[in-house]
Amino acid sequence: MRFSGWRVLKEGLTGNKGWKPHWRDPEPKSEYDVVIIGGGGHGLATAYYLAKEHGINNVAVLEKGYLGGGNVGRNTTIVRANYYLPGNSEFYSHSLKLWEGMEQDLNYNAMMSQRGIINLFHNDGQRDAAVRRGNSIVNQGDDAEILSREQVRELAPFLNFENNRFPIMGGLMQRRAGTARHDAVAWGYARGADMRGVDLIQNCEVTGIDVKDGKVVGVQTARGPIRAKKVALAAAGRSGQVAAMAGLTLPIESHVLQAFVSEGLKPIVDHVITFAEGHLYISQSDKGGMVFGSYLDFYSSYAARGNLPMVEHTMESFVAMVPALSKARLLRSWGGIMDMTPDGSPIIDHSPIDGLYLNCGWCYGGFKATPGSGHVYAHLIATDRPHGAATKLKLNRFRSGVGLMDEEGTGAQHNLH
Amino acid sequence: MRITCPVCGERDRREFYYKGAALVRPAEGADLDAWHEYVHLRENPAGALDELWYHEMGCNSWLKVTRNTATHEILDVQLASEAGLGGEK
Repeated sequence: MRFSGWRVLKEGLTGNKGWKPHWRDPEPKSEYDVVIIGGGGHGLATAYYLAKEHGINNVAVLEKGYLGGGNVGRNTTIVRANYYLPGNSEFYSHSLKLWEGMEQDLNYNAMMSQRGIINLFHNDGQRDAAVRRGNSIVNQGDDAEILSREQVRELAPFLNFENNRFPIMGGLMQRRAGTARHDAVAWGYARGADMRGVDLIQNCEVTGIDVKDGKVVGVQTARGPIRAKKVALAAAGRSGQVAAMAGLTLPIESHVLQAFVSEGLKPIVDHVITFAEGHLYISQSDKGGMVFGSYLDFYSSYAARGNLPMVEHTMESFVAMVPALSKARLLRSWGGIMDMTPDGSPIIDHSPIDGLYLNCGWCYGGFKATPGSGHVYAHLIATDRPHGAATKLKLNRFRSGVGLMDEEGTGAQHNLH
Repeated sequence: MRITCPVCGERDRREFYYKGAALVRPAEGADLDAWHEYVHLRENPAGALDELWYHEMGCNSWLKVTRNTATHEILDVQLASEAGLGGEK
């Protein structure tokens, strides 16, 4: 089933009776070439690129709940490639390029909106850091520009430019950044993978990983054992538990990151805007809601909900940045389970077990990484060599201390990111 | 989330700084693997976890808090100095 404007028109005129489910609901087979654990954005994208780019379609994606029910449905939908350090820089650049062609590639409307991101700065030090980061982004081949205070005012006149503690001096703009409809990204990859023969198996929790003589041979699931030549983890916040089934301990703590949506308002915020105080970031959804968040709660959590101190902090930052919206009412909030590494950067690598692959440590960068992560992970699984855009996302960087990617420069330590 | 400090009583989470899992520090001459394990690797359980919290805005005590990471329920609190964490593994 191909989607097109013509198809929408035709279905509209014939009672919408021709639409079909976007993917099958198959029974698990007894054996696959590749089993992917986790049916979120990254797992589904991996399955899609395995089938499309590498011709490997004897693949199952095992999901304990429903497709896209984890972090890919619990984020703030921001897409960007404005990282500073080598490793992250080329990886997120690769990912943003895939975002730009994703909807056409998948024939699926992911509402990709390159509305631009503005990282505000409030003092000379922050301006210097923004210029340096902007130069690094330009050097990697992506776009970045420094906006003056007046240029920011033109784009976002509603901001509080006169805040006594955090006056806005300008911003770092990346015009190709933006937002995308998060659920549709998961659904688009699911449909694309399913069309290429991948089995998407829901309600199928993995309960064990079978390892024989240092090599993975299959998995135990709620729906019976499945043999597999290769097993690929894509379990985000639950990576620690899944890896433990194979006897691995990961350099990961799972933390809660809250996100918030206000009631629907008329269009006012045209970009993604971040406030350099308090880590606040906001955008406005197509339904009109302000979508925003800030820091982690900063304690280990699997509760998928946070506590009030960070709610209060986030609201204070929001009102400090956009006093005009201080009377907007909060509609809902939720928490995502973040797989935090010590340096705040991800891992896509072999595991110490032959045939078992790791894709984890997404911290708060998982959504924007979705296409890139799936693409380079599929390459690793298919060829056993890292993709050129992901050579530095190594598991052993923590043990060796070489190649740490600590964007914030706070130290590669768990409680600092 | 409220934590009952053994010195100050029940206090808001805001008063505390979170350090992370309460682990026993390796001996000074321990090998790289022992330090790697201590600094980086985490069991990261979805359930009861022993953690270090610092009562920064209270009595400045380090506390060993046993907390359920899946529900945020605080199961036990004791002074870290009395929790046997100070020794070397």
